[in-house]
Amino acid sequence: MAPVASRKTLIGGMTVIGLVMLWFGLTTLTGLVTSARFPSPAEFWLSLKQINGRGYAGSTLVSHAFHSLKLVLMGFAVAVLTGVPLGLWMGWSRRVEAFVNPVFLIIRPIPPLAWIPLAILWLGLGDAAKILVIWFSAFVPSVINAFTGVRNIDKPILEAARMLGTPRWRMVREVILPASLPMIFTGLRLSLQASWTTLVAAELVGALVGVGFVLNMAQQDIYPGMILVGMVTVGILGWVTTLLLARVERRALAWNVAARD
Amino acid sequence: MTSPSLGFRETMLLGLAGLASFIGLWSFLSVSGIVPAQFLPGPLDVASRFFDLLTAPFAGATLPAHLASSFQRYAYGVLLAAAIGVPLGLLMGFFRLLDDIVTPLFDGLRFIAPIAWVPFAALWFGTGIGGPIMIIFAGAFPPCLINAYRGARFVEPRLIEAARMLGTPSTRMILEVLLPAAVPSIIAGLRVSAGLGWQSLVGAELIVAAAGVGFMMVQAQGSVQTPTVMAGMIAIGLVGMLIDVLLRQGEGWLRRRRGLES
Repeated sequence: MAPVASRKTLIGGMTVIGLVMLWFGLTTLTGLVTSARFPSPAEFWLSLKQINGRGYAGSTLVSHAFHSLKLVLMGFAVAVLTGVPLGLWMGWSRRVEAFVNPVFLIIRPIPPLAWIPLAILWLGLGDAAKILVIWFSAFVPSVINAFTGVRNIDKPILEAARMLGTPRWRMVREVILPASLPMIFTGLRLSLQASWTTLVAAELVGALVGVGFVLNMAQQDIYPGMILVGMVTVGILGWVTTLLLARVERRALAWNVAARD
Repeated sequence: MTSPSLGFRETMLLGLAGLASFIGLWSFLSVSGIVPAQFLPGPLDVASRFFDLLTAPFAGATLPAHLASSFQRYAYGVLLAAAIGVPLGLLMGFFRLLDDIVTPLFDGLRFIAPIAWVPFAALWFGTGIGGPIMIIFAGAFPPCLINAYRGARFVEPRLIEAARMLGTPSTRMILEVLLPAAVPSIIAGLRVSAGLGWQSLVGAELIVAAAGVGFMMVQAQGSVQTPTVMAGMIAIGLVGMLIDVLLRQGEGWLRRRRGLES
């Protein structure tokens, strides 16, 4: 396997180097792509220096990024803390499922981004509106996957636990929750992705600080260098939070043989 | 084996109770004035506004006209994503070198939310029809590519070996072996794409557009016309649901035709 992996890395590395050279060639060397369309590497660097030094759109890149990160984590946490228990409960009790399902079916087809105007009407341009919209978007994957997780538990496991007279609370904590944890984490990954998409959209529609606001201002100023800085930041933040979640997942599922490779 | 299955009657009753409490709570909040009616109109107000909008124009057009212009962009964006994503995915599944070149780029771009392309989309293609199409494309492209790739990559090796032994050239190999074998996976990808594209369309129209349902909602938000905003949400949900139902039907039809009934 080793030669295959190193071949992959080699070609991947060459691709990235080739791409950077292409970027440099098209913008700085030949000017085929003008800086009104896409920034040259030098312009990108200058924009990065500007936002880190003097700041742009009201503050520095770090504080914009930190603000966005804070909102995503808060919205995500609220969604997970409400969505996963509801999903587990719906999975456990057919009655709860029958009660909640029709309402869920009505609300679910509305894309989370469509809640943005309503959230702004209700809560204005501040943080609360963003957290509300992130909650809406991250809630659904959390519920669905926790629900599926409970429904897919092997019946003999539940029967064995029940036969041994396991009390309700221990049943939830020691049987249902661990057994559906792999599915729950699948839901959390989707929720996290949805959180970022929604936050960026909400900040583009209306905000006073944040990465999406940087993008919005750069768009209005027709400032391609800063647009690229904003996009790279969005990508890095999404990547880092996904990595963190994967680490938490590995920790939490360390006992799970199937998830080990 | 959670609690035992419910009978049909009990399921219906509980479902109706759920719906009734949802609509009841909504009506109560708005009628009692706990939430001002300006911000939370009752269900009836929203429904009547919805039917008004079918004939009365708002923000330059009636609701069906806004929907038509949204749908046009949406169709272009999704078709473009399928037209580029599916062939590229198949080629990547066949040519290892292409796979090794594209995958790292794709992995790098994957973490950028499609909606973050809005500023460049507006800069490159304007805010009329080109910009929104690019954002829909950005949302719908990844599932097209990934599913075509997986479909082609995990074709039964024996089929490929047999075809290769018979001296099949690469073009025919892709068109007549990989493509048919990958169809179920591609269709599943298209369905995901269709959903993500619709979602991106809404985002694009909220930010840059001069027509469409999203534009109508932003205009209504600006003039605090909550019933119109909510009517727009309903319209978006209905169309999204319709698209999904149609694609599901198509998928089922295709599976039956190919004898893949699951």
